[in-house]
Amino acid sequence: MKKIFLIGLKDLRIVFRDRPALLLILLAPFVLTLGMGFITGRFTGSKSGLSDIPVIIVNQDKAQLGNALVDAFNSTELSTLVKTTEVDDPAAARRSIDQNQAAAAVIIPAGFSINTLSDNPTQPLKIEVYTNPTSPTGSGIIQTIVEEFLGRVEIGRVAGQVTVTQLVTTGLVSPQEAGKIGSAIGLQQATSDVPPVIGLKTASSGQASQDFDILAYLAPGMALMFLMYTVSYGGRSLLAELKQGTLPRLLVSPTSATQVLGGKVLGVYLTGVAQMSILILASTLLFHLKWGDPLGVTVLVLAAVFGATGWGMLLTSMVRTPAQMGGLGSTLMLIFGILGGSFISLNNMPPFIQAISKITPNSWGLDGFTTLALGGSLADIGLPLMALFLMGALLFVAAVVVFNRRGLLQN
Amino acid sequence: MSSILEVKDLTKKYEDFVAVKGISFDIREGEIFSLLGPNGAGKTTTISMLSTLYTPSGGDALIGGHSVTKEPMAVRQIIGVVPQELALYEDLSARENLNFWGQMYNLGGKALKLRIDEILEQIGLTDKADQRVKTYSGGMKRRVNIGVGLLHKPRLLFMDEPTVGIDPQSRRAILDTVIALNKQGMSVLYTTHYMEEAAELSSRVGIIDHGELIALGTQKELTEQVGQAETLLLHVDENQQPEKLAAALKGLAGVNQVDLTDHTVAVITPGAEEILASVVAKASEIGMKIRSIEIREPNLEAVFLHLTGRALRD
Repeated sequence: MKKIFLIGLKDLRIVFRDRPALLLILLAPFVLTLGMGFITGRFTGSKSGLSDIPVIIVNQDKAQLGNALVDAFNSTELSTLVKTTEVDDPAAARRSIDQNQAAAAVIIPAGFSINTLSDNPTQPLKIEVYTNPTSPTGSGIIQTIVEEFLGRVEIGRVAGQVTVTQLVTTGLVSPQEAGKIGSAIGLQQATSDVPPVIGLKTASSGQASQDFDILAYLAPGMALMFLMYTVSYGGRSLLAELKQGTLPRLLVSPTSATQVLGGKVLGVYLTGVAQMSILILASTLLFHLKWGDPLGVTVLVLAAVFGATGWGMLLTSMVRTPAQMGGLGSTLMLIFGILGGSFISLNNMPPFIQAISKITPNSWGLDGFTTLALGGSLADIGLPLMALFLMGALLFVAAVVVFNRRGLLQN
Repeated sequence: MSSILEVKDLTKKYEDFVAVKGISFDIREGEIFSLLGPNGAGKTTTISMLSTLYTPSGGDALIGGHSVTKEPMAVRQIIGVVPQELALYEDLSARENLNFWGQMYNLGGKALKLRIDEILEQIGLTDKADQRVKTYSGGMKRRVNIGVGLLHKPRLLFMDEPTVGIDPQSRRAILDTVIALNKQGMSVLYTTHYMEEAAELSSRVGIIDHGELIALGTQKELTEQVGQAETLLLHVDENQQPEKLAAALKGLAGVNQVDLTDHTVAVITPGAEEILASVVAKASEIGMKIRSIEIREPNLEAVFLHLTGRALRD
């Protein structure tokens, strides 16, 4: 056992002396987290990162639907999410966006209500959302709010038409009154006491709803993605030792193949744990990020690194050269990053992608970290923990089988 | 004297290719034994089997009475290995490397610390012990590579072509180290394709080619075995007539053969020193002036050439 620790510690020491590797293991996830934090507005002083999105509204319609949309933006439900400014001049609004003063401008054309609610709209008038490309998340949210509103208007319009047709057919209203009644129904459907056009709510099953810091999703997402790089780097070191002769030298010392392999695996594992710990500590100190229950976070880090190490060892057992491992490791890092939800939340992915994502330690890890960040405890992350430990164990067994078949560790 | 190593019919096959073909030899306690052969002859494969890295396809070897196939762990405690390629962690310093490898040989604590200081002194790197190995010259790296193999004071040291690709000064230092270790009682199996190294270091030499041990013995035994005699080279001035001298020497007692190349007469003889006086007298008798005389002893290069028809470095 002592030799396993000695080999593992030696590998850990070597990693921390390899500057290019450190850039990818520590700096890259940190910088990416920082960058995504800026994109989402996390560092603009807001609490969640998704609040006070600046939007400029130009209401040239000044009628029912235009006013309803302005009211929606100013509603209580959206008061923390968006910060509206009303102006009269569309050109001035666009200029403000060009000058990066807001995330988007919503321009409601004159006659929008009359045209939309009339029986025979001459030419459909469109609401323009002029977006700021430097604020993709913020402008995307504004676009979604407007689309949601328009969808509701369309439903109201169709509902009005159907209702009026039925009323005319049954003789309850005269054809002369139909237009007036239809408009009234449509308008009511679109603007009356409807549920909020769009809202944001973060909650976790069985937990009291609490504010969610977007960084509590981004930071573990990036850390888990680059954890895959770390484990592939560790695997590469085993193949490099084989090539540079230190592995054969170990195998002619009074050290068994099991001790050598165990030591190499431990080295990968310790490096992964060190990487995650440093990133968690740094984001806590620098970004005031709350990761949640410390015990839960510790056990989850150990489990996530275990699962990822299993993947690293299986890959190592299948490739022949350090270069192959480097290429495959980087590819897997990106694929697992995407599949595991490091870039885009899995909730926005099709069900089959969500199912496939379960083979990645990223997905289970993110589940766990999100639960903890929302106030969950160790008891609430039982499933991700079990999945990660099981994943690591199965993959490690598979790796040993392949290692033996290839005779990589002959004695 | 007892044997530290006994090799019996050691064979290594890779599918249809036989890398080592049933070789047998032994190394006595305190002996330096050289395995001489060209690149690809099977030297490294032999050392890999003896050091328990490769499993032999046939045969066995006993090291200190332990079988390399049946008791590999016991064998590894006895042997030290200096591989042909540098096998060091370049991001660690020489001291850190020695410390790590010492721990792998079950050394530790104060004893290891003292041993590391001794080794650093021995390889002349005490001053640079804490610099990372990657900052060292090729010769310095070679010395650390050897130092690692000596840490646990092995009874038998395997050195696989330790002087390949290094400068003459470092090469000399390595050869001196081998001689010094041997004087301390360490047995050494030294592989090389440099005839001069085998000749200088070893009490006995095994010549290996295409996986076969084609000759084995002391340098003298080997040269005698293939019937090599000494060569007396007589260099004459350009205005002299060497053919006249060659003809005069042919009937002289103790002369086996006389060859003529340009202005040099080569006299093949079992004892050059014995016939030297009569050769000089004969030249003087016919009025021939000899510019210089050279005695060339039979060597391993000639033996290899004789046995294989190829030069060692071919």
